[in-house]
Amino acid sequence: MMEDMSHYPLELTGPDVPMVRFMNVTKRYGALTVLDDLNLDVTEGEMVTIIGPSGSGKTTVLRMLMTLETINSGVIYVDGKPLTHMPKNGVLVPADAKYLRRARASIGMCFQHFNLFPHMTALENCMEGPVQVLGLSKREARERSEELLEMVGMIDKKDQHPSRLSGGQQQRVAIARALAMRPKVMLFDEVTSALDPEVIGEVTNVIRRLVSEHNLTMLMVTHQMGFARDISDRICFFFGGRIEEQGPPDALFGNPQRDRTKQFLSAVKEAD
Amino acid sequence: MSYPEFLAQYGGRYIDGALITAAQFLLAAALAVVMALIMGVMKLSANPVSKGIAVVYIEFFRGTSLLVQLFWLFYVLPLFGLTFDKFTTGFVAVGLNLGAYGAELVRGAIQSVPKGQWEASYALSMSPATQMRRIILPQAFVAMLPPWGNLIIELLKGTALVALIAVSDLMFEARQINGSTYLSAQAFGTALIIYYIFARFLITPFMRWLERAMARRLGRG
Repeated sequence: MMEDMSHYPLELTGPDVPMVRFMNVTKRYGALTVLDDLNLDVTEGEMVTIIGPSGSGKTTVLRMLMTLETINSGVIYVDGKPLTHMPKNGVLVPADAKYLRRARASIGMCFQHFNLFPHMTALENCMEGPVQVLGLSKREARERSEELLEMVGMIDKKDQHPSRLSGGQQQRVAIARALAMRPKVMLFDEVTSALDPEVIGEVTNVIRRLVSEHNLTMLMVTHQMGFARDISDRICFFFGGRIEEQGPPDALFGNPQRDRTKQFLSAVKEAD
Repeated sequence: MSYPEFLAQYGGRYIDGALITAAQFLLAAALAVVMALIMGVMKLSANPVSKGIAVVYIEFFRGTSLLVQLFWLFYVLPLFGLTFDKFTTGFVAVGLNLGAYGAELVRGAIQSVPKGQWEASYALSMSPATQMRRIILPQAFVAMLPPWGNLIIELLKGTALVALIAVSDLMFEARQINGSTYLSAQAFGTALIIYYIFARFLITPFMRWLERAMARRLGRG
């Protein structure tokens, strides 16, 4: 059944256009509804952390925003423009590959398992997108990449291949690689989950710096509650494909209102 | 006739034959690699036409005998007005046949590249063609090199069949010399040794070198 798209605006206008808007977004895998009629706005420069039990749909939120997953209904807007759809004859239709390629360029993503390109050095990993996709000259791409590798503290390893780097080092290069595309929105999908405990700090410190020194819009999925509480502007607790509760970190962690939130937070605290 | 005398008399013809075999081998190998890449990628295409062409190609050339294919190209195509000289027919048949096996190696190697590599390059807004060229194929090459080493040696041995459409390769010369001297042990023994030298001392070291060079590019050297 085709969804009636006529009530979705072709473009968001007005004084308070959010950087990201999920509007009535539903995602199903067969009979399983992973996300159910999600509405979520993220304002420019905001750091939103998504927490929740596994299977609650939190990673799916990021993957839909990266357009790695298609959505079954609803529309996602980025910076006022539709991301998952494109305007055609005055109404939104599902975006084609070419539109998606342009639209998703404003989004950068870091993955749990880093996914660096093993046949390229750290520097080449960072230069690849700017050269191949943005059409920068090698010199411009190198300058930009070296600056970012400097920021994540990896400049002295720039000529190493990923196989020679620790998990924490690889993840820092992956952050630099994503930033080299100059995204408006950065997504961090459990970026510390695959790391040894002693190197988690070097990755979280980089993200802390990003939050304090740059006006990037960020969405993060993490199990590090302390870290999330420190740096987030807002926490969204997902349960069963819906936002069960959301609010500023101190309110949500300090004084949760919903029973499921309380249960989840106390279960996490015990596990710590 | 002693063996040194045999070599002194027929050595030149073995060298001529070996050069033709080498030329057949290089041209067939180049064709096989190109066909394997194109068809291996096409077999993974979402487009049913591309995929269909690749499936038909692979099924036909893997599922029927190389010798029959060779005869078919040489004796049957002229009936449809398509005539190639025997040298071309020889390496085209061998290259197309081994290319079908290679296509399956290419397909398997592409599928062995972790999904995360597709996702990371997609997240950098790469087009599918750029993903394939810059990210997936370079990693697939490393994975498929060892089985290609086998296939390339099979290909060398496959070129011996072109003697049967009278391409004057190593096998052809050996048969001719055997026919006129009846010195079968020397005639075919010499050919065996030359094939072995090609495989063991030229192709194998080259493939090993290629594997090492590729491993170095992954920083594993």
